[in-house]
Amino acid sequence: MNIISKPSKENIKSYLPIGITLIFLSLLDVFVNAFFNYNLLGFFPSQISYFLPLVFGFIGLYLIRIEFSGIRSLDILNKNINSNNFNAFLTLLTLFILIKSIPPLLNWFILDANFVGNTKEDCTGDGACWVFIKVWFNRFMYGLYPDAEQWRINTAFLILFTIVGVSFFVSAKLKKYFILFLIFIYPFLGIELISGGGFGLKYVETAAWGGLSLTFIISAFAILFCFPIGVFLALGRRSTLPAIRYISIGFIELWRGVPLITVLFMSAVMFPMFLPDGTFIDKLIRVLIAITLFEAAYMAEVVRGGLQALPKGQYEAAKSLGMGYWRMNVLIILPQALKLVIPGIANTLLALVKDTPLIFVVGLMELAGMIGLAKTNPKWLGMAMEGYVFAGLVFWIICYAMSRYSQNLEKKLSTER
Amino acid sequence: MGKIIELKKVNKWFDKFQVLKDIDLEVAPQEKIVICGPSGSGKSTLIRCINRLEEHQEGNIIVDGTELAENTKNIEKIRAEVGMVFQQFNLFPHLSILDNCTLAPIWVKKLPKKEAEEVAMKNLTRVQIDDQALKFPGQLSGGQQQRAAIARALCMEPKIMLFDEPTSALDPEMIKEVLDVMVDLAKGGMTMIVVTHEMGFAKEVADYMIFMDEGKIVERAKTKEFFENPKSDRTKLFLSQIL
Repeated sequence: MNIISKPSKENIKSYLPIGITLIFLSLLDVFVNAFFNYNLLGFFPSQISYFLPLVFGFIGLYLIRIEFSGIRSLDILNKNINSNNFNAFLTLLTLFILIKSIPPLLNWFILDANFVGNTKEDCTGDGACWVFIKVWFNRFMYGLYPDAEQWRINTAFLILFTIVGVSFFVSAKLKKYFILFLIFIYPFLGIELISGGGFGLKYVETAAWGGLSLTFIISAFAILFCFPIGVFLALGRRSTLPAIRYISIGFIELWRGVPLITVLFMSAVMFPMFLPDGTFIDKLIRVLIAITLFEAAYMAEVVRGGLQALPKGQYEAAKSLGMGYWRMNVLIILPQALKLVIPGIANTLLALVKDTPLIFVVGLMELAGMIGLAKTNPKWLGMAMEGYVFAGLVFWIICYAMSRYSQNLEKKLSTER
Repeated sequence: MGKIIELKKVNKWFDKFQVLKDIDLEVAPQEKIVICGPSGSGKSTLIRCINRLEEHQEGNIIVDGTELAENTKNIEKIRAEVGMVFQQFNLFPHLSILDNCTLAPIWVKKLPKKEAEEVAMKNLTRVQIDDQALKFPGQLSGGQQQRAAIARALCMEPKIMLFDEPTSALDPEMIKEVLDVMVDLAKGGMTMIVVTHEMGFAKEVADYMIFMDEGKIVERAKTKEFFENPKSDRTKLFLSQIL
């Protein structure tokens, strides 16, 4: 093995340029192939030309794998993506897949996509027909809510976002009132504004609500109520009073054991049969209660995990200072337990948001439901791809924002370490 | 002199295992008592029964004229009057040292915040960590944490202080700073029951020594007599091993 000696500092002068050239060649070949559909190495037999970039790149990476080369960027590169033959292989494969898959995606999303026009017939390119989203955008956001009244939804959300936004910048004392307002007054204010029927606002029945705004309404209400209920259930499950403990266990296990889709179906179809004649509870409210209780059961188990993780000494210290059950839990135990389970809480709440499309089984249509409706419109057949890519993107943005927020919260609250 | 703590024929079982057997104990105000004994002898359980962190099954425990029984209100009242210091400190890690000290006075004794903070600073100064008041427990050394825990208990202005092996979890060089605080407290006239193996401390402050083994009080004697002339063989053996 003297023909090719191990790459080292002695032969860096010759190996480094050769290695870089080989890697460059291999990437160039894949790149040209992907973007211009032209095979640089086409003069080789087809089987060889297919694997040649891989071989070139592999040898190139081997040649530049020089330990303690003295060149900082090369050392970092070697350490992270070129530490041995297997890693070099994976690195090349990843690069090739990225280069290969970007052009078609780019074409579909942007280059060949259609943006102008108002009908399906305007979509002449090969790519996505974003005209579909453009034309239906209003429905995707507001459902069947009357156009003239949509300012009410906008106002309701504007108030919400303003309060939340401002509350980040005010003092702790004012913040308390903001939060109280958000929990006890805003839900009713928001519902009154959107539902109407009073203050000269036209009544809009809940069957007309829909689109992304409904996603937000359901998520916000369910999150707001499932959290405290979950905390109480978690405490109840650890209670020393048998009645409370068994009721909590029964509740949690019942709701956890049933699929959400069944719960929704029951709330819409079965539940009204048990009501006395003449009483009527709105379908949306029944669904909201069902989702809230369902997620509360999950929340309870997440919170219980946090309660169990706390050392017994914390309970004893709180008790030894004369604190009763509620003071101990509110002041000492819950602040620590909830902080521990922020990732789990975020998990549950993200799942909640992503579960909202299931309300289609009872005939309510939030964002994904409206897209499902729009794609079956005879004038817009074959637009499922565009619609669901759009829905996926919107849900991803919402969920990623929530995820980031929970991470920030975790960082902000970590005091002890 | 009246009795501030009275235990009469106290028995306690963990399942079938009897941890306390016919314990009789009387403590007068301002008395300092040190309990020692081998591990598993029930000494920790005994003092945890005095503020009902553990429940006894038979006998009576009367603290400051109130009998400890099922009544929750009585128990909370007693606990507010009896300070406790734990082996593992058990400070609240999510609160600053100052908040650790003011929390219970504000929420249990309903002290105004400002007053509670004054009391807290006074006690933190007493245990010499007033300069750490705004730090969190995790930022303090073991000895500092234990002194903070003592200050936290003192902020409730208790009539009795219980110490459950307060120096066992500390590095040797931090033991002294905690013991110094406890000696100072003893000289201030506090009623104290201390479970510890620090015999030097016991000799310096204890009025009475109690030696426990297998759930029973084997020997109760004045400190000097206990060390110089122990009566039972079990005590002699224990002292010969520990001194």
